[in-house]
Amino acid sequence: MADVALQPRTAKRQIREATAWDQLRTNRNWLGFWFMLPAMAFLIFFLAYPLGLGVWISFTDAKIGRPGEYIGIENYEWLWGDSIFWLSVFNTLLYTFIASAIKFAIGLYLALLLNENMPFKAMLRALVLIPFIVPTVLSALAFWWIFDSQFSIISWSLKQIGLITENINFLGDVTWARICVIFANIWRGVPFVAITLLAGLQTVQPSLYEAATLDGASKWEMFRFITYPLLTPIIAVVMTFSVLFTFTDFQLIWAMTRGGPVNATHLMATLSYQRAIIAGQLGEGAAISSAMIPFLLAAIMVSWFGLQRRKWQQGENND
Amino acid sequence: MTDLPTSRIDLKAVLAGTSPTVAKDDHSEGMSYLQSVPRRMVTLYMPLAIIVFVLLFPFYWMGLTAIKPDEQLLDLDKYNPFWTWNPTLKHFYKLLFDSHYPLWLWNTMYVAVCATILSIVASVLAAYAIVRLRYRGAHWVGGLIFLSYLVPPSILFIPLATVVFQYGLFDSPLALILTYPTILIPFSTWLLMGYFKTIPFELEECALIDGASRWQILVKIVLPLAIPGLISAFIFCFTLCWNEFIYALTFLQSTSNKTVPVAIVNEFVDGDVYRWGSLMAGALAGSLPLVILYAFFVEHYVSAMTGAVKE
Repeated sequence: MADVALQPRTAKRQIREATAWDQLRTNRNWLGFWFMLPAMAFLIFFLAYPLGLGVWISFTDAKIGRPGEYIGIENYEWLWGDSIFWLSVFNTLLYTFIASAIKFAIGLYLALLLNENMPFKAMLRALVLIPFIVPTVLSALAFWWIFDSQFSIISWSLKQIGLITENINFLGDVTWARICVIFANIWRGVPFVAITLLAGLQTVQPSLYEAATLDGASKWEMFRFITYPLLTPIIAVVMTFSVLFTFTDFQLIWAMTRGGPVNATHLMATLSYQRAIIAGQLGEGAAISSAMIPFLLAAIMVSWFGLQRRKWQQGENND
Repeated sequence: MTDLPTSRIDLKAVLAGTSPTVAKDDHSEGMSYLQSVPRRMVTLYMPLAIIVFVLLFPFYWMGLTAIKPDEQLLDLDKYNPFWTWNPTLKHFYKLLFDSHYPLWLWNTMYVAVCATILSIVASVLAAYAIVRLRYRGAHWVGGLIFLSYLVPPSILFIPLATVVFQYGLFDSPLALILTYPTILIPFSTWLLMGYFKTIPFELEECALIDGASRWQILVKIVLPLAIPGLISAFIFCFTLCWNEFIYALTFLQSTSNKTVPVAIVNEFVDGDVYRWGSLMAGALAGSLPLVILYAFFVEHYVSAMTGAVKE
């Protein structure tokens, strides 16, 4: 019986500890709530709510200064038959695809170059990043001036060399305008891709290359079978970001061409601004920007799998 | 999304080329002695020089345009456009004393500083709660915050414009100060989560046993240790604010309220070719604060940027 008398005591103590622990845990939940409150308030009021509202507006005939009424999918039906909308979709895909591919190629190449041993390495790496830091609009203006129809430095140089006789109408010609905005986008995006991939490259063990050299591997083989596989996860992440931000780009186009000439450089984002804010057709603009959501979801899925893969590859030890 | 990927590569060292895994090798010659000098010229220095030239040329051109007298800007036959022998500060003078430029600069600074501070306070609390309090659903909330980073402003600006209008914030800097954190919080929370994870939990446990409250622990132990992370987050938020365009374009109307990027595009551009000098001076002056900030905190900047992708 002495045992029995003892047991409840210890049991009681255990229970008391358990309740205290429980209490701490509930406190913890409340604490968590209070700590999360400011961030969640911002994100709910200015991100989640507007996101839902945007989809709702796309089903209404709202105009600036006038709340709309529900009209079902009329906006989307109208867009379906709108050639300018389809042109903007085409432009967006073209812009995203070409710019991202070239950004990746040059970014990777630049990262490999910067990873080499050479004098002034640190300074070079710092300089290369500058296009990424300067506000996009302001560098877009520089390009606007470089691509000016009359005073373009490129036209001038080509004329001096004797390659052309007439100024190139960079931003006034459909093909040239597209090339120019894509070029400006690449120019701005390459530093980001390069520096991030460089960070990834630095984690590759040099001993792997030494071993490969001893085995007689060529430069290309080393890149293909060592560098590339080890970089894949970070490439996936960087490229998702790059694709996502290129796809939703607005400011570069707006500062350089405002969608012209003849809508040739309108992206979905610029077209939705044009329709919603300038023309005042909020509903239609919202429908255009809502039409971007499926593309973005696809990009996010890719990013998610990229991250998962990276976790797996690095034998992730989550703490 | 059960957990955010957390493995970190030491990024601060990337710029200096002293990443721990290669630190030993990076200062030695590596395997480059296998290559001859002429070969390195062609495979390394030449392509590098071309890329760096293309990346930096627009800034040279911006700077040169900003200090060239007008007649040289427009007469390409008489003057070589690549250089000027009589630089002038006229464009900058006009910008500072003849336009609203100082006001725009002030607006941008004001909005950027306020939005950054708000976001960092909110993110510190959120990141600490997610990493350390581990309340029920913390992983889940962490995942949602990660996702909200991927929602682009070009989808949100239309509904946000109506929201801003409803709240009576239209054409006020407050509209930007309150909406920018939605872009900044996801990023800086993400960044700070990584930093908080590197702080030994034992420190906090000791403090807890000594009777410190969570708040005291955060302010007195965690924050001082996370200063590099806070600087990174600050710089990145500030840069994003300075760079932001579409919200500022949509929510502000009066000339005196505008931020630098919007004001330059809208106020200086009226198809009048004679304003190229002022335009480029304005673009240059608007970039300068960021470039200076960057020059001082290069390492933090790079770690923040790469951290954004790697966290």
